[in-house]
Amino acid sequence: MATALEKPAPTVESLPAGRPRTGLRRYWHLYAAISPFYLLFLCFGLIPVGFSLYVSLHRWDGLGSMEWAGLSQYRYLLSDSDFWQSVGNTIVIWALATFPMIFLAMVTAVMLNSAVRFKNVYRFAYFLPNVTSVVAVAIVFGSVFSTNFGLVNALLQAVGLDQVAWLNTPWGIKIAIATLMTWQWTGYNAIIFLAGLQTIPSELYEAARMDGAGPVQTFFRITLPMLRPVLLFVLVVSTVTGLQSFSEPQVLLQNTANESTFSGGPGHAGRTMVLYFFQQTFDNNDFGYGAAVAWGVFLVVILFSIINWRLVQRRGED
Amino acid sequence: MASIQGTRGHGRIRGTRTRGIALHAVLIVGLLLSAFPFYWAVIMSTHTSSEIFAYPPKLLPGSHFLENVRNLFHSVAFFGSMGNSLLVAGSVTFLVLFFDSLAAFVFAKFDFPGKNVLFALLMLIFMVPAQLSAIPQFVIMAKLGWIGTMTSLIVPAAANAFGIFWMRQYMRGAIHDELLDASRIDGANFLRQYWHVALPVVRPGLAFLGIFTFMGQWNDYAWPLIALTNPRNVTLQVALSQLNGTHGTTDYGIVVTGALLALVPLLIVFAIGAKQIIGDLGKGAIR
Repeated sequence: MATALEKPAPTVESLPAGRPRTGLRRYWHLYAAISPFYLLFLCFGLIPVGFSLYVSLHRWDGLGSMEWAGLSQYRYLLSDSDFWQSVGNTIVIWALATFPMIFLAMVTAVMLNSAVRFKNVYRFAYFLPNVTSVVAVAIVFGSVFSTNFGLVNALLQAVGLDQVAWLNTPWGIKIAIATLMTWQWTGYNAIIFLAGLQTIPSELYEAARMDGAGPVQTFFRITLPMLRPVLLFVLVVSTVTGLQSFSEPQVLLQNTANESTFSGGPGHAGRTMVLYFFQQTFDNNDFGYGAAVAWGVFLVVILFSIINWRLVQRRGED
Repeated sequence: MASIQGTRGHGRIRGTRTRGIALHAVLIVGLLLSAFPFYWAVIMSTHTSSEIFAYPPKLLPGSHFLENVRNLFHSVAFFGSMGNSLLVAGSVTFLVLFFDSLAAFVFAKFDFPGKNVLFALLMLIFMVPAQLSAIPQFVIMAKLGWIGTMTSLIVPAAANAFGIFWMRQYMRGAIHDELLDASRIDGANFLRQYWHVALPVVRPGLAFLGIFTFMGQWNDYAWPLIALTNPRNVTLQVALSQLNGTHGTTDYGIVVTGALLALVPLLIVFAIGAKQIIGDLGKGAIR
């Protein structure tokens, strides 16, 4: 108690009158208020990202000592056919999921926008798939696409078609994963599109009707151009998240191959880039190469996002 | 929002009715497609494994739900895992709401040297993919002794760029400068302003961020799968995945029962905040 009383008076009062308070003294509470995020980012973001660059230049099993490897991990990455297969898998699955999803979401949004009644019921129901965890969804879809007794094959059988070994063939695996993603994200994106549609002034539609435009013409001449910013947002978000898919193929295919739960099914047909990263790092304990794969994934995602962004923007200028 | 819709199409009465019926027919098909996997999960959770894979498939609920629940509780520490999930999602939500709104308040309403640089950095961080930091994060946490504990999930998620950005956008519009000035004249310091002026007016924004964070944490899978190395002390999603993966052939009746039960707390949270979530989701995208 006594020591507390003897402490010098706090800074603010002890400053001579008239002298402006320095930045840090004056603003310390503001810096303190935003500091938690930056401290966390420093410990679990910036230092790790720098460290992962450092790790990628070494050979390391995560436990023993690191051994300098220069750029050899990256040289190997460029020639690693497994990595490039995973890049191809990821892009094919992304395309199979994203284009049907954006199309369906837009159609759904346009219909919701013109339906007057029960709109909230529809919005709630369409959003539900997105609330569910990927793990739960992948478990249910795993049974639906199961080769011998799955619901999809039962349907095919019922209409007299041949069964498909969905989780056992390269295309079957990709279609199953893409179907799951489409199911989970269509409603979510429809609601985003709907919000965009509701900002389009109704006078534009009135004017189009006066000019005798049909619904198809109205869609392509008014709705689609006005929706372009939202479309861009949806496309970029689906690119960034879709190219980093991990949980969907991991849970769906963890049973189907014996070697590793990250192996992506028979023939590695569902092994995405991030699955490959997890397999190299945490199954093979090859932390050095894993770090190089992580940087490879990062570059592919950035490149692909820029390409998509450019494509949609350029169309807008035409 | 909805009132704008009502005005359109009033001019055309002829054909509106049939068009309306067709529209709802298509929308209902979409709704059924959305809902079907949930229905199918209920079917599976009420049948035994052999019934699930019978041909023709069973399309109506069976009577083995309680048996599946019993088997589920035998094969996995369900409530332990649920407790872990609640602990992680609850603590992260609480911490995120506090740290993010505090930082957002600063960015939205105050000026200080370096503000713009710090905010630009925040947006940049937003884009760094998780797997880039996964290895070092794992190594750091192993050194700290956090691997295998819930701390390894809670601490790195306690504040995030998305939440700060989102709350800042919200606060810029919702908190009026006059209110802050008035409170300053009354002698309120920074923390008092945050607590008594800012927080009360941004409750809807906090509700959105809270529900969004809770749902995201409840469903998180990749990092928990790596960080929780003790298979008996995991979160619900990891436990479900173990149940799905360990036996080679999955007993769908049991696993899907688990998946459905794991969905219950989430559905409660979602039902409370659905209107907010769905409304704000759209606003965020068109801003």
